[in-house]
Amino acid sequence: MGGPEDRGAARRRGGGAVMARWSWVLRDRRAAFGAGLLLLVLLIAVLAPLVAGDPSLQRDIVATRFLPPLSTDVHGTFHLLGTDRFGRDLWARMAYGARVSLGVGGLAVLVSVLLGMAVGAAAGFWSGWPATVLLALTDFALALPRVVLLLLLASLWQPSATLVVLVLGLTGWMTIARLVHGEVRALAVRPFVESAIGLGGSDLRVLVRHVLPNALTPVIVAAALGLGNAIMLEAGLSFLGLGVQPPAPSWGNLIASGRDTLVNAPWVATAPGVALVLVVLAATLLGDAVRDRLDPAARRTG
Amino acid sequence: MTGLLLRRAMGGGAVVFGVLTLMFFLLRMAPGDPARLLVGPGATAEQVAAQRHALGLDRPMPAQYAAWLGRFARGDWGTSIASGRRVRTMLAEAWPATVRLVGLSLVLSYLIGIAVGAVQAMRGGRLDTALSVATVTLFALPGYWLGLMLVMLFTYRARLLPAFGAAGLDADFLTGWARTADRLRHLALPLATLTLVGIGGTARYVRGAMLDVAGAQFVTIARAKGLSPLRVTVRHVLRNALIPVLTLLGLSLPALFSGAVFIEAIFAWPGVGRVLVQGVQARDYPVVMAATAVSAVLVVLGNLLAEALVGWADPRTAGQRGGGAAGR
Repeated sequence: MGGPEDRGAARRRGGGAVMARWSWVLRDRRAAFGAGLLLLVLLIAVLAPLVAGDPSLQRDIVATRFLPPLSTDVHGTFHLLGTDRFGRDLWARMAYGARVSLGVGGLAVLVSVLLGMAVGAAAGFWSGWPATVLLALTDFALALPRVVLLLLLASLWQPSATLVVLVLGLTGWMTIARLVHGEVRALAVRPFVESAIGLGGSDLRVLVRHVLPNALTPVIVAAALGLGNAIMLEAGLSFLGLGVQPPAPSWGNLIASGRDTLVNAPWVATAPGVALVLVVLAATLLGDAVRDRLDPAARRTG
Repeated sequence: MTGLLLRRAMGGGAVVFGVLTLMFFLLRMAPGDPARLLVGPGATAEQVAAQRHALGLDRPMPAQYAAWLGRFARGDWGTSIASGRRVRTMLAEAWPATVRLVGLSLVLSYLIGIAVGAVQAMRGGRLDTALSVATVTLFALPGYWLGLMLVMLFTYRARLLPAFGAAGLDADFLTGWARTADRLRHLALPLATLTLVGIGGTARYVRGAMLDVAGAQFVTIARAKGLSPLRVTVRHVLRNALIPVLTLLGLSLPALFSGAVFIEAIFAWPGVGRVLVQGVQARDYPVVMAATAVSAVLVVLGNLLAEALVGWADPRTAGQRGGGAAGR
């Protein structure tokens, strides 16, 4: 935290320096790798129909199933990553699966961020018993094993992508709430906030326009780290059959389907796992880099 | 110290109570009528009503809630819908296996993680960079996938280690050393998976904590006194960096437990996680409920243990902790 300047106000005044502010991403190797890889996977997900074939196409199962990577089948179709036990192209299934993984992960993090910011800001800005209750609630939710809660919820309701987004979002907001709470508490006594209140701004206006924009730094970092975690958990739920249901491809249910063919077709489980590791790695490295950039004093990782 | 632990224990009790309350309301909110589920699709309206009465579902909500808490506190967790066995027996058999797996992996991953993080912080340079790449990769590995890859390599390719269960089929006929060896061989893959995944996070955290401490004044003074670098590192830097690391140990328990759920499911490890996953997949609610509650209790107990360790490592915390966690 630098001087007492109001970054929220500064941002609204002029965006001309945006390019200069983000050029460091290219110079930091971790950030460049993370951002580049996430962008690439995002592109593949969005352009899946262009870069890959039909993910559910099955022709002549006996002749086309379990083809190893880089092989061409009897119909002359090239399979970059080979085929699964139904003769479906693994690359196509992974490209379409990226839509699910990124989409579900991204939306879940969005839910967490919104919920966490609301809880953290309310608890930090208004003291008294509501703050105590909200903080106790946060500590309570933080003490639960997340996967156990996910399994409980996934067992009570029909599994679907929407459920996974909600469940991941509702179990992932606590870190953000704690971070925002700390930031808001520290910011609330700063001169620019006092002057905003002194100028007659309503509580909500001061909170949204002046306090929260300045508390965004740790939220961005936590969101990047949370994205990796959410993508990993979505795949985990789908792996257990409680997330995205086949035949819709997701990286998790692709790994699960490869589990049964580990011996004769190891690539079915390997490829989506490698993709998963790379994306989580990219999100983590990007989060690390952003944190070091924004707050060089706090090099802690956790 | 004792007062602090007592307060923490009460907090832990509140967490378990909260979990039970949450489960009660989730069960009531969830779609589907448990009575209808139990009597089957062909039942008449009277049969459903009778079942509802038998389950106490026709009583007012607060009475149902009180009865629910009472049953749980007494350990009356019902019978499994899928297997017909008593849920309490199933979990009594399962929890030691989970504690064994999670406990061993916790010890191993912290020992290795602290060593790796300390080497990184002290050596710096290319070794630090290389180890950073390794630990962040471990951190990004999903346990269930790493488990599958290890099974592929060590079970199917190398044919070295078993991939299922905690003991071989012939375990009852083995004696002495052979029996121990059989157990260890079954433990190897699940333990390795859970530990490898844990090392990444710990090493990353220890490295950061040590770099933070290394800049502190007392470290400069220790160096100025002419102490050897090794002594400064171990006695002054590492010892002080361990305090936040021990705190992290308590905080990371829920995550470790979460990881164990997947690992137990993959390796058919006979623990609480496997009971939970099987219960969930069979929609076996009494089992799911009890396994959730037992998981919460184990995590709370583990947290208390970590709290006691922090108090032992850092006498300063004895009186003045709690509420100071903002901004973590």
